[in-house]
Parts: sequence; structure tokens; C-alpha cells
Amino acid sequence: MSAHASTTPAIFAPRAGILARSVDWVIRHPRMFVFLMVLPITLWLGIVYIGALIALLIQSFFSIDEFTGLVVREFTLKTYAELLRPVNLDIIVRTATMAAVVTVAAAIVAFPIAYYAARYAKGRWKALFYIGVMLPLWSSYLVKVYAWKLVLAKEGILTWVFAKLHLGWLLDAALALPVVGGNSLSVSYIGTFLVFLYVWLPFMVIPVQASLERVPGELLEAASDLGATPRQSFWLVLLPLAMPGVVAGSIFTFSLTLGDYIIPQIIGSSRLFIGQAVYAHQGTAGNIPLAAAFTVVPIVIMGVYLWAARKMGAFDAL
Amino acid sequence: MTMTNAVTFRGVSRHFGPVRAVDAVDMEIREGEFFAMLGPSGSGKTTSLRLIAGFEQPTAGHIEIFGETAEGVPPYRRNVNTVFQNYALFPHLNVRDNVAFGLRVKGVPKAERMRAADEALALVELAGLGDRRAGMLSGGQRQRVALARALVNKPRVLLLDEPLGALDLKLREQMQEELRKLQRALGITFVFVTHDQDEALSMSDRVAVFAEGRIRQIGTPEEIYRRPATRFVADFVGSSNVIPADFAGAGPADRWASLRPEDIRPDPAGRNATITSRAFLGRVVRLGLHLEGQDLTAILPAADTIPMPGESLSIGWDTARVHVMEPDA
Repeated sequence: MSAHASTTPAIFAPRAGILARSVDWVIRHPRMFVFLMVLPITLWLGIVYIGALIALLIQSFFSIDEFTGLVVREFTLKTYAELLRPVNLDIIVRTATMAAVVTVAAAIVAFPIAYYAARYAKGRWKALFYIGVMLPLWSSYLVKVYAWKLVLAKEGILTWVFAKLHLGWLLDAALALPVVGGNSLSVSYIGTFLVFLYVWLPFMVIPVQASLERVPGELLEAASDLGATPRQSFWLVLLPLAMPGVVAGSIFTFSLTLGDYIIPQIIGSSRLFIGQAVYAHQGTAGNIPLAAAFTVVPIVIMGVYLWAARKMGAFDAL
Repeated sequence: MTMTNAVTFRGVSRHFGPVRAVDAVDMEIREGEFFAMLGPSGSGKTTSLRLIAGFEQPTAGHIEIFGETAEGVPPYRRNVNTVFQNYALFPHLNVRDNVAFGLRVKGVPKAERMRAADEALALVELAGLGDRRAGMLSGGQRQRVALARALVNKPRVLLLDEPLGALDLKLREQMQEELRKLQRALGITFVFVTHDQDEALSMSDRVAVFAEGRIRQIGTPEEIYRRPATRFVADFVGSSNVIPADFAGAGPADRWASLRPEDIRPDPAGRNATITSRAFLGRVVRLGLHLEGQDLTAILPAADTIPMPGESLSIGWDTARVHVMEPDA
């Protein structure tokens, strides 16, 4: 009898070893397991990320003593009021306008590329598309910007091409435009815009392509079947369904333009953008509160933008 | 009789590279009829439907819709609407806006198209669901929305691409009946693609049986069932015994013949078959028989005298009821 009992294998055999027992413990406590998995990333986001942002926000409510140049650690809205001074407001408007124009242009340029890649490119062509879009991201940003400076310079290849095509007058006309024009493309807002557009374009193409890929071709056929012209199909079906991708891409292009301080420094007129203002105030000027207040501006703009996009139903197709 | 053809195919082919999806098809779909295109997958029935809708252009041949040439006419200028296999409802619009889409792109004022959409929804018994998201509906409801979305445009031809394929059996039977009723009430030409022979035979006025891009037979369900043109049709439509014509005693050895199960009867003077299976179906019994190397199915009136599997039964049939078929092309 006892011999029989000892040879019957247990249904739930006990397991030995720390690893085996901890695995068993995890299986019995799934919630605890999830908690342990999420804990490190929560701490990282909470302390390093959100914490830094909160520190920044607090700094923006301090002010600087005009005489001593020291930071006065008392709550005040004085620094924010300073943002509204014409010289600072100019910087904000200039940056936000540039970011908006770059974003719209990126969406217009990216859409056909993304559409082609999502609908028609297969196999080898698709790989070529990804490489073509991603490759510029693998080379140094500074190298690209300086390369563009040469391309856009008065003696640069672009001027030469325009001259060869007998279109020099077109370039001159563009440069003669008030505000956006200048001596050459490399010192005008047009140049800044072109370089921003080039550098951030992949960040628009990829999300738009991903969202277009998820639009079944059958829906476009259905639209056509119901009498929609290609133009109507685009505005009433394709664009609304691709909108989450366009918004995702615009978040990248818009916020990256808002925060950049290298491109406007190297290419364009010498007028400041928000990023440059932050750089200048926190560095030599030592005006950390104003730098912090400037930094809050893009955050607020992005918040308002996302809220408005949501209100307008940009995420309805999600 | 001057009957208008809703759709005419003359030698229509659609080739994709080496694949002959549709190959030299001739057919005439009459105005107001319920026309089924039946065939296995890859037989060309869906491509034929897409040719009518305008999603495909023929590689060769000529298509007319109500006497007008369809060549080069894009789908959005054809007064033809489609119910897609997977419904293809617009996920970003609610049910009413889905249904009103066709009127919207034609510039019908908002109030009018909303009213028309609600009427169409009532027609398919979905009144009151206009504000729902398409994604919130069940499969059967989506099917009805797709139907309403097509019908609201008052198409002259309604194309249905396996519209019942995704529904469960009960819902399917219910929808079959409703579609038939709707078609009779509206008098619109329905062109219905299916791979389900029972569905095709029970719903349609006429059936075209497709195989390998060609039509093997066009006829009424009775004709298709009683007098299948070729062995393929008899096999695909099913339920008939397909046997060599000489074996059936009705024709030459190089032809096939179809013999319906209910035409086989016990005959003391006949041939001796072995019973391989026996299923009691109430008023009738279905027998599997083995006769001189051929497997046959017979349906006999239920009686005590029907032997059990393994036993033998002497059977015969009236050779006049054997249908000798044309060779497959």
C-alpha cells in the first residue's frame, strides 16, 4: 500500500530552486508582477522626466533681479509678463509661424510619398522606400544642415541650377519678397523653412504611411462605387482615415521645429527663434527664469494644438 | 418580347498577367431579374462583378449596361451599386452618414439626404440606429447598413459580392429570404455572387455557373439542377450521381451522365448493389450504394423493407430520366 502511494506521481509536484519558486510566485500574483514590471519605467518617467519638467515650471515662476542678476526665488508672474514684451513676443510668433508652415508643407509633401508607399510599393520597392526615408536620419544632423548652407548659398548649386535653367529671375523674385526674402536663400526665412522641411520630413512620412496602410482599399472602392469622384474620395474618406497619422506626424514636425535652435542659427536671418532665446538666456545671460518661461511656451502650444485636434475629431478614426 | 438587358457581356476577358481571371465570357443579365453568379473561388465570378462595377476594365471584349457601353466609364459614373463582401462601411462615419454618403457626394441637400437615409434604414429594419458607429453593430446589422447604403442611391443594378458569407446559418437563411423579397418589391436587377450552390439555386431567377474564368452554364435553377450541361456543373451543384453514360444505359462511353438520387428505385429485375451507408431522414431514406465499381446515392421513400448497410439491394432506373451531359471544354 505504502509502496503504491510512493510511486504515484503528485499532480502538483513541488519545484525546487529560487528561480522556479519565484516563477511560481509570479504566476500566483499576476498583479504584483505587473507592478514590478512597471515600477522602473514609472520611476524613470516620474523622477527624471516629469520631475525635471516640474523643476522647469517652478523656475519659470521665479524672476531675476535686474541689478544683481541673481534669481529671486519667490513666486511671481513677472517673468511671464516679460514674454509679452514685443521683442519676446516676436520670437514666439516667428517660431510658431515657422513651425506651422513647416508642418503644413511637410504634410503636403509627405502625403503622396506615403500614399505611394502604402498602396503601390511592394517588396523591394517598399524596402527602398524605408531606406530612402530613413537614411537621412542616420547621418549627422549638423552635417546635413551645413551641407544645406552650401546648397543654398549665393554661390551654391541651387543658384547655379536656377541660372542654367534661365530661372534666375524666379529665385531673385522670391528673395525680393519682404520678410521671407534676403540676400541669398541661406540667409532668408525661405532657406530656414526649406532646411526644416527637409530635416523633419521623415517624421511626417512614416506615421502617415502607417495610417494609410491601415485604410482598406475596399473603402476607397466603396466611395467610388457610391459616386464619389477621386477628389471627394480623398477629402471624405482617405484624409479623415489618415488623419491620426497626419496629426501624429505634425506633433513631431511642429514640436521639433518649435524647439530647434541649431537650424535658425546656421541658416536664415539672424533673428531669434524660441530655442535660441532659451539657449541665450540660460547661458551667458544667466536668466534661468526667462529661459524656463520660454520653454513652457512650446509645451502650452502643443497642449492647445492636441486639444484642438481632438475637438475637431482628428482621432475619431482611431 | 422586347426585354432590356441590364448587363451584357460580349467576349469579355480580364487577364492578370498569365492568369485568365475572366476568359471570353458572354452573358446577358435581364432587367429586373435576380441573377446569381455561382462558382468555386478563383472561377471568375467576383472579377465579373468588379467588371460590372467598373473596378476592373476588361482586357478584351465589350460590356454594356442598359445598352450603353461601359468602356472607360469609372465606377463613380455608373448607376450601379455594390454590397461588398466585408461590407466596407466607413469607420469614421455613423450609420446614417454611411447610408447618406452616396447622396452627399451627389450634392443632395443635407435635410433631404438624412431623410432618405432614415427611410433606407427603415427599409432594412434598422430604423433608429442611425446615430450608432458602424463598428458598434453586429455582422447582420452591418450587412443591412451596407444594403441600405447601396439602395439609397436607387441603383439600376445592385451587385452583391458574397454578401451572406460572413453570417451564421440562421441569419443567413433569414437574409436570403429578405433579399429575395426586397428584390421583388423594388424591381431592381440583383447580381449576386456566391459559392454556395443552395443559396444560388434557392434565391435566383437565373444562375450562371463559373469555372476557370468561363461560364459553364446559364439557366434557371431547375435547368441547372435537372439538366446540368457538363460534368463540372453536375459535380459543383452537387446531389446528382455523375456516372459514365454507358453505365447509366443512356449514351456513349465517352460522355458523362447525371442521375438524380430520387430517380433510383428498388427493382427486382435490376442490378445488385451493396449498401454502404443508410441515413433515415423522416419521409425518405438516403442510401449510399456500391454498384459495379460506381458509388451512387439514392433517396428512397422510407419503408420497413430497406435493408441495412452491408446487405444488398436490387436497383434500377428509367433511362429516360438519365441526363447525358456535354463534355467539359
